[in-house]
Amino acid sequence: MLHYDVVVIGGGPAGLAAAIEAKKNGIDSILVIERDRELGGILQQCIHNGFGLHVFKEELTGPEYAERFIIELEEMGIEYKLDTMVLSITKDKKVTAINTSDGLMDIDAKAIVLAMGCRERTRGAINIPGSRPAGVFTAGTAQRFVNMEGYMVGKKVVILGTGDIGLIMARRMVLEGAEVLGVLARRSYPAGLTRNVVQCLEDYNIPLLLSHTVVGIEGKDRLKGVIIAQTDKNRRPIAGTEKYVECDTLLLSVGLIPENELSKGAEIELDDATGGPIVNESMETSAEGIFACGNVVHVHDIVDWVTEESQRAGKSAAKYVKNQLHSDSIEVYTQAGTGIGYVVPQRIKLDHIENALSLFMRVDKIYKDIHIVVKADDKPIKKIKKVFSTPAEMETVKVPMHILKGQEVKKITVEIQNEEA
Amino acid sequence: MYDAAIIGAGIIGSNIARELSKYDLKVILLEKDNDVSNGTTKANSGIVHAGYDAEPGTLKAKFNVLGNEMYEKLCRELEVPFRRIGSLVVATKEEDMETIEQLYAKGKANGVPDMKILSKEEAQKLESNLSDNIAGALYAATAGIVGSWEFAIALAENAVDNGVELRLNSEVKDIQKLEESYRLITASGEIQTKYVINAAGLFADAIHNMVSTPTFEIIPNRGQYQLFDKNSGKHVNTVVFQCPTKHGKGVVVLPTVHYNLLVGPNAEAVDSKDALDTSKEGMGFIKEKAKESVKGIRFNEVITSFSGLRAKTPSGDFIIEESKGAKGFINVAAIDSPGLTAAPAIAEYVVNLLKDIAGEFNINKNFRPNRRPSVQFAALSDEEKMKLIEKDPRYGRIICRCENITEGEIVDIIKRNAGATTVDGVKRRARPGSGRCQGGFCSPWVMEILARELNININEIVKDGKNSYILTEATKQPQVQLQEA
Repeated sequence: MLHYDVVVIGGGPAGLAAAIEAKKNGIDSILVIERDRELGGILQQCIHNGFGLHVFKEELTGPEYAERFIIELEEMGIEYKLDTMVLSITKDKKVTAINTSDGLMDIDAKAIVLAMGCRERTRGAINIPGSRPAGVFTAGTAQRFVNMEGYMVGKKVVILGTGDIGLIMARRMVLEGAEVLGVLARRSYPAGLTRNVVQCLEDYNIPLLLSHTVVGIEGKDRLKGVIIAQTDKNRRPIAGTEKYVECDTLLLSVGLIPENELSKGAEIELDDATGGPIVNESMETSAEGIFACGNVVHVHDIVDWVTEESQRAGKSAAKYVKNQLHSDSIEVYTQAGTGIGYVVPQRIKLDHIENALSLFMRVDKIYKDIHIVVKADDKPIKKIKKVFSTPAEMETVKVPMHILKGQEVKKITVEIQNEEA
Repeated sequence: MYDAAIIGAGIIGSNIARELSKYDLKVILLEKDNDVSNGTTKANSGIVHAGYDAEPGTLKAKFNVLGNEMYEKLCRELEVPFRRIGSLVVATKEEDMETIEQLYAKGKANGVPDMKILSKEEAQKLESNLSDNIAGALYAATAGIVGSWEFAIALAENAVDNGVELRLNSEVKDIQKLEESYRLITASGEIQTKYVINAAGLFADAIHNMVSTPTFEIIPNRGQYQLFDKNSGKHVNTVVFQCPTKHGKGVVVLPTVHYNLLVGPNAEAVDSKDALDTSKEGMGFIKEKAKESVKGIRFNEVITSFSGLRAKTPSGDFIIEESKGAKGFINVAAIDSPGLTAAPAIAEYVVNLLKDIAGEFNINKNFRPNRRPSVQFAALSDEEKMKLIEKDPRYGRIICRCENITEGEIVDIIKRNAGATTVDGVKRRARPGSGRCQGGFCSPWVMEILARELNININEIVKDGKNSYILTEATKQPQVQLQEA
């Protein structure tokens, strides 16, 4: 049995930031467990730039962003194990992990930080009918092949889904000499960041087909073509609008799913809306002493916010180990009201908040000229004007603590109100 | 000169090959694809039927019950996942109970043991997720589930272990009848053989027509399936059939041997023998139909959909006989359901047919019924795991995080006889890519391992069929000119 104060599961941006922050807050016994052959997580295959504008006030590539944290982690002497897979965790914080050199390890942790990230939704999950040829990839898998393995995945490409990885891969495929015939969004607006639509599609004259989807896949061995169709306002294909597009590659960027198989094993409560653990303001899950951060909690738009959230989780884990996180205060629940898809954190211990309560959320569709309103037990306490809000971008609302101090609040709701309201 | 050439390395050809390997014979198993078990065997329900379905007196009835009894021993010998979990035929309305009685009677006539007609309450007690408005059910204890492609792969491997020659990528293009033998012209060269066993599945008619005037036709009939995440794997615990009606057999809801949930198939005529598509209509039908017998199926947990083609013939029964037009040429054709169940019994029968033609065979004294033992890492105790990793560290590297499959297991199934050479071949044998991420994370790693073990370039690795390439060419290389100072 190995013993650590804090065990961090996942060495991507979330895990790195959490481990560093735990160390900065006085914890020396830390272990980061990473299943890949290097630290950095998915950032290592994100060789494009645009990372770090908020955290470092400069534009970095994914590997550069990761490198800053990896260097800091190593300078701090934080222990990590690569090529190591966590097989299970329990709610009393026992971790079982495995690798080629240590074999099977039982690790006893005082606190655990879950930072496993997310996985991509697949073709099977979205039920595209047709044959099952090679040439159908999730965008992230294709990105790994191109950027890490150094091989192209095809020459004539259709991309379904306008998630950020799909947009980034559209440009990447063109840069590598492929032809991208179109990027399809089922909705009437793209799912990814506007800057990616501009820099990855518009700048490269890649057609963006809004309100379109793929309804058929053809080809016996390798993909020969896809059937695309227009979609109605409920995102369902419109019969009669089918069109055959010859291509050898279909990339899917149709959603990310937090990877919570380990969390389920520890009986951690999950939120149906986010797919991640229910967390409180300290990023603590329903299991005491088990924290979570990054895309395992909710899928973020940019990595800078992952870093920020993970620093909070790391700091909280350190406090927990030092017995400083006790609280007898009642938990307040947050709730996603009209127009809001989800709110993180889902639970709040008000006396744990230092200056302001930060609420993270995504709206459920595109809105113009609205207010995001925070209510404490139906009483509005904060109102923010938004000229434009899209589900592609995470919204943050900060509520200063002095507004909430001394009040007996049970529930905090966030909702969208039209400007007139 | 071979004693026997078996055409087709599906569940039938592999069973026959393994059965023939018990004798001192020179046997070749020919397969048109680049892997065994690559046709109907890789896309079906994986059910070992009890045997009440077939009309008494047919070959289907006879071999179903005989084959069912053979499963325990075979699957134990070959380490194939098999569980005798029992089946229910659910009457979704009162008038179906008449059909239930008829099935029971047919089962009795066919010699099916351990059947019972259950009331609604008894059935729901056994299977809590049955629909609320069912009328009753027929329970058959001897029904089971098996890893169908794993079974065929294991049989082919063990046949090769025992001296059978397996030749892949060897589509039979023509057959010439010689004086006392046959010459087979295949995609990988010519061979001469005394006897031919035609186990070519969907293409058995075309193969037979190379030596005879046509006597039967194989008509493809498609069935679509949906496979669910393991979260849904315990939704039912038995094989839940619906009552056959004049409109069709209904769809089946069952757990797989790997604890996923499987729902399907529909039945539809198709005009091509490689029409392996799924369709919106087909998947919609399955979804609606399944609700009649089982409630609460979480269709948002589907991880993949697939199709299989049944090799049907208008007369309905298996065709297992020496060709009337070609001596020493045995057809084993039209093996649709319950073909998987019947396969072991069919293989014994075919070998006896061959003995009738050729006389007794000498026993292969070196026959070993077991494959080289395999490791299922996830099933080992902690102590066993530690020991194994110490001996072979590759068992300490998890490649497939959804199913917890180690590099050691993947290398092992590549290194076996009839081993894996493709990404889907690895998946069918060791399961990486069968889980919820559908290979999103592990496929690059599996390809690296395949390339290394087979000593080929990673962009030569195919997904399944030989033209199913995954990677094209290397990406652009940096054009940096270093200037000498």
